[in-house]
Amino acid sequence: MSNEIADKVKKIVVEHLGVDADQVKPDASFIDDLGADSLDTVELVMAFEEAFSVEIPEDAAEKIATVNDAIEYITKQKAA
Amino acid sequence: MFSLSGKLALITGASGGIGAAIARQLHERGAIVVLSGTREGALQDVAAALGSERVHIVPANLSDDAQADALVSRAEEVAGQPLDILVNNAGLTRDTLAVRMKDDDWAQVLKVDLESPFRLARAALKGMQRRRSGRIISISSIVGTTGNPGQANYAAAKAGIVGMSKSLAQEVGRRGVTVNVVAPGFVETAMTDVLPEAVREKLLGNIPLGRMGRPEDVAAAVVYLASDEAGWVTGTTLHVNGGMAMV
Repeated sequence: MSNEIADKVKKIVVEHLGVDADQVKPDASFIDDLGADSLDTVELVMAFEEAFSVEIPEDAAEKIATVNDAIEYITKQKAA
Repeated sequence: MFSLSGKLALITGASGGIGAAIARQLHERGAIVVLSGTREGALQDVAAALGSERVHIVPANLSDDAQADALVSRAEEVAGQPLDILVNNAGLTRDTLAVRMKDDDWAQVLKVDLESPFRLARAALKGMQRRRSGRIISISSIVGTTGNPGQANYAAAKAGIVGMSKSLAQEVGRRGVTVNVVAPGFVETAMTDVLPEAVREKLLGNIPLGRMGRPEDVAAAVVYLASDEAGWVTGTTLHVNGGMAMV
């Protein structure tokens, strides 16, 4: 399950930020490593919400800075 | 210049004097228009005047949150394409001096004139951001800048439109989406027809261009802001008031 989530997260990041798949490493920061601006990060969170049918509240969204943060958060939500 | 060919525009309050003129001019420039409002019969009259092509009607009551939230996607569904231009034109007044203003007079005006434009903009921006293009144009009023006795609620809502639009403009500028405001002065509509002659005379004395506005004067400003040519204009308020207030 969690691999499935990781793959989907990576795919969304690639699509939204227009980066290469091999740049999307687990510890890659959206802003520092993948060239996202603040609106990109909001769009990413909205895309995650849509793709995984989860709601990511504002305070949780603020803490999602890296690819791994996103995967972990979504995995936890789906498990709950 | 100013072609809107093939673009989808949603106009709220499209059965009113100004709303109908906006719909007409956008349609004339080639846009596909979705007319919204509370009175379906009146919307059908406006639609009939535009002919049978590139016109859709989606009635909605914007004092209902769910209807306001759903309007953009309903418009996109009926037209079968994503929204390019949102015109927040719908508005209502509940005029009375503040000491006599009921809570509901305040709440209703803020709900329809300020909150519903936000709800519509929020819904529209999701797609516009993603597509890297879009236009949001909201109709404010000169009284949002100058104030007007008896209109504390309306003036607050219309001033709020300006602050909201400036904020949205900064949020989405990098995505090629512009957010602007048109602020009419005194325009000849059913609302101003009922003014006593003495009041009209006094009003005209304050307008350097010597006449009341026409709905078409306002619509032309909307066409400009909706056009590709206005692509470097955002967060601004275009005052269309015959020079009555030069702000």
